[in-house]
Amino acid sequence: MATDAWTAKTGGPQKSNQFATFFVADLFFGVDVLCVQEVLRSQQMTNVPKAPEVIEGLINLRGQIVTAIDMRRRLELPPRGNGKTPMNMVVRTEDGAVSLLVDEIGDVLDVDSATWERTPESLAGSARELICGVYKLKDRLLLVLDTDKTVEIAAAMGSA
Amino acid sequence: MQEDQDVIREFLVESHENLSRLDQDLVELETHPTDAALLASIFRTIHTIKGTCGFFAFSTLEKITHQAESLLSQLRDGQRELSPSLVSMILETVDATRKVLASIEATGEEGPEPFDDLTERLRLAAQSPAGNERRPGKEKQRASTRKGRAATVPAEPARKARPEEDATKSSAVADANIRVGVVLLDKLMDLVGELVLTRNQILQFNTEREDAALSATSQRLNLITTELQESVMKTRMQPIGMVWNKLPRVVRDMAVALDKQIRLEMDGAETELDRTIIEAIKDPLVHLVRNSCDHGIEAPGVRQRAGKPLQGTLTLRAYHEGGQVNIEIGDDGAGIDVAEVRRLAIEKGLLQSDAAQKLSDREALNLIFQPGFSTAQTVTNVSGRGVGMDVVKSNIEKIGGIVDVFSRPGQGTTVKLKIPLTLAIIPGLVVTSGGERFVIPQVSLLELIRLEGDSSDKHIERVHGAPVYRRRGSLLPIAYLNQVLGLQPAEKAAALNMVVLQAEDRQFGLVVDGINDTQEIVVKPLGKQLKGLTVYAGATIMGDGRVALILDVLGIGQHSGVLSESREQARGAAEQRTRARIDQQRLLLFRAGAFERLVLPLSLVARLEEFPRSSIESAGGCQAVQYRNQILPLVLLENVLEFGGKGAEPAADPVQVVVINDGDRSIGLEVDQILDVAEEEVNVRQSSPRKGLLGSGVVGKRVADFLDLNYVLSAPAGYWFRGQHGSDRGKNVLIAEESPFARGLIRSSLEMAGHRVIEAANLDTAIRALEQRPVDVIVAALDLPPQGSSALRAAMDCRPEWKEIPLLALTESPERLRELAGQAPNFDDCQSERDLDAVLEAVERLASARNAVQVAPLCAGKES
Repeated sequence: MATDAWTAKTGGPQKSNQFATFFVADLFFGVDVLCVQEVLRSQQMTNVPKAPEVIEGLINLRGQIVTAIDMRRRLELPPRGNGKTPMNMVVRTEDGAVSLLVDEIGDVLDVDSATWERTPESLAGSARELICGVYKLKDRLLLVLDTDKTVEIAAAMGSA
Repeated sequence: MQEDQDVIREFLVESHENLSRLDQDLVELETHPTDAALLASIFRTIHTIKGTCGFFAFSTLEKITHQAESLLSQLRDGQRELSPSLVSMILETVDATRKVLASIEATGEEGPEPFDDLTERLRLAAQSPAGNERRPGKEKQRASTRKGRAATVPAEPARKARPEEDATKSSAVADANIRVGVVLLDKLMDLVGELVLTRNQILQFNTEREDAALSATSQRLNLITTELQESVMKTRMQPIGMVWNKLPRVVRDMAVALDKQIRLEMDGAETELDRTIIEAIKDPLVHLVRNSCDHGIEAPGVRQRAGKPLQGTLTLRAYHEGGQVNIEIGDDGAGIDVAEVRRLAIEKGLLQSDAAQKLSDREALNLIFQPGFSTAQTVTNVSGRGVGMDVVKSNIEKIGGIVDVFSRPGQGTTVKLKIPLTLAIIPGLVVTSGGERFVIPQVSLLELIRLEGDSSDKHIERVHGAPVYRRRGSLLPIAYLNQVLGLQPAEKAAALNMVVLQAEDRQFGLVVDGINDTQEIVVKPLGKQLKGLTVYAGATIMGDGRVALILDVLGIGQHSGVLSESREQARGAAEQRTRARIDQQRLLLFRAGAFERLVLPLSLVARLEEFPRSSIESAGGCQAVQYRNQILPLVLLENVLEFGGKGAEPAADPVQVVVINDGDRSIGLEVDQILDVAEEEVNVRQSSPRKGLLGSGVVGKRVADFLDLNYVLSAPAGYWFRGQHGSDRGKNVLIAEESPFARGLIRSSLEMAGHRVIEAANLDTAIRALEQRPVDVIVAALDLPPQGSSALRAAMDCRPEWKEIPLLALTESPERLRELAGQAPNFDDCQSERDLDAVLEAVERLASARNAVQVAPLCAGKES
């Protein structure tokens, strides 16, 4: 299901036009709404020593153990200010559910595929691999996050 | 009889299932008359029923199905094309089969109806030339079949017959059982796992509140969950007999192929195991059984010469013990020749020759689990290719099991498998470090050590920077969980907690901040992102709902460096340990009455036990306790040593007992306190005039008395030895050695193994002893007065009847032993007199090598 929705990964807009949106620092992201399992407030987190930095820990999601990835670190952004608790956006991936820790949850938006555009070449760092397109909304840009890649690269870093 | 009934029930259930499938298949076949797979399936079903009928002697059913089978085989092989009349005939067969099965179920008999008409028609149909059925030209024939199908004529009669059948005689047996997919069972197990976790959370929550209603409800939830968990576990349980069933055949075939006589005994076939585990042990089990047949049990000729019954016995035993299942595969064959194992290990380059000689027998025995090892003289088609035991071991260890091998030369080998009941829910120890909780699987856990006081750090010493701990005389490498995982070190604690862990065949200590408790945990895999971390085996959810990581013991060991040494280095360490062991003995130190430090070689001790005083009963005038389904006679050591001075002291409770056993006989020595196990050289020796003591030596820098086990056991519980001396496997051994102390030690060890011992202090007494009694083996000190053991050998060589008696030389100094190793000696073997195991092993080897001398009955050989 998730893969169907992401056929447009390499170019072209998503099939589904509904996006669950969230903020990380001042960036405005969206993921296909069909990929989102649920959104949770801050959960009790179990640290995983020796795990890659981007992995914040493990949460107990009704008996299921879910890995939480900190999106700030994943995108090589400065850490969240003290006292700010992140939100969990639990997304479905091929390897089960993974929670993305984001700053704030936005609305679910309907977007017009005509406003889609390829990621600008000028993007640097890991963000470039993770953002698979941009929708030009009226007042701001919606960055489309490639969840599979977001999760996958964390695995590669796992052995480091 | 009961078993037969069970088998018949199973046959009925299976046949009913097969028959209903047959109905579907036949209807399907009408639409696809040439579908080969379908025809084959129908053929198989009928064939299975026929085969089983023959087995139970259900002749009518066999007759019908046999004819139907012939017909079907022709169809399957394409000799005949399917015609509507044939289909109805087969359906009729199905109905007849149902009828007979119903009768069997109701009465156990096939019923009166002979079905001769149907059988005859089937027979005729099968015999009639295929051409009769055929229409001219293939095309046309096929068309006609199609036409027949379109009209659904063939199915008609059968359909008329069946409804009545279904309505009236639906099978009771089939109704009592349903088949459930394994996937569904696994899903159920997962859900129960969730429920267990939720239950744990509720219980925890409950303890924080004072609400009677909640408390009562959660108690009930607790009970139901436990029961549900057990029931669901049970649905996945299968008797181990499922795997054993095919072993009689394996054994029979092996026996025929190898020209041996083997009887298979199975005990505990009903012992149940989780199906995943049954799957996992299937192959190792077959391998072990084949091994026993091939290498264990000797050919009849060899057995006859060894005085054993011609027929070898292979015993399979399964039983539950302490939440685990034990499976034993034992034979009464030749046992494993440890010397041969050593030799082969060297030959195959698994070990350096000097290292091999220094391994203890137990360690040497475990060499058979090394990859590429096989002691078989010849590679047969059944075993001996050098793959096997290592695979068995790794397969069993993969599911958290343990493999152990026990072997006594000439008496057989037993392989013992210890296997967990299930894998999904395991017991684990919860520890904390750096404020986090971790779970250590109980299977890897050996012991917990707590070092108290300010000096706790001083117990940890360093070898070139690497921390080690002296654990009962040997060094245990240590890792700190905080450091391994890069956690915050704990603030200075009053005590140091250490968990001793076993990873593969090595051990290490893991220092943690705190040790909490043990819990049943549900193992959950980690996400893909964390798979690369070898230090974790998974995660689980604790009672408070938080996630805790399960440590991978092997990974932790490797990561911290305590296990990273290469195998060569490990071997070097083992070598050093065993070298030390040659010069040293493991000694048990204990206190009894006025004897503050009594010593027994640990090799003579079976176990150390504690019994509550209330469990001591009186049996046959002796004090005894029930121990492992046997009566264990107790000897109050204090009394035997005739030192009742302290008798007024209130007897300790529980009672400390040193259990000594040989085969199925055991005796317990009641002592005041177990002090220590010392592993060191005994360097001062002095013989003792007191009965019951061999002498004194310095152990652990203090003087200790060596107990004369022979005296202690012969006095109050003499019956213990009677049976033993009556047995004829013991040999007559002459010990020629000046020191009564050394003589006594060796004598104890030999007599414990069931041999009769004659003592001699010098050449003259040795010759005199030889003149009086037949002797199988002579054990003589190299420096036997007056001129050494060579003089004895020379004297013996003069007498033809003594010429053949093997002589085992003993030396006190290991240097001498090494020196002599290369020379052509005038003795058959030489051992260090301090290594009682080696002496015993050598005596038995020499004695069995020499079968010529008859064993004359002889009373217990005490010289004086």
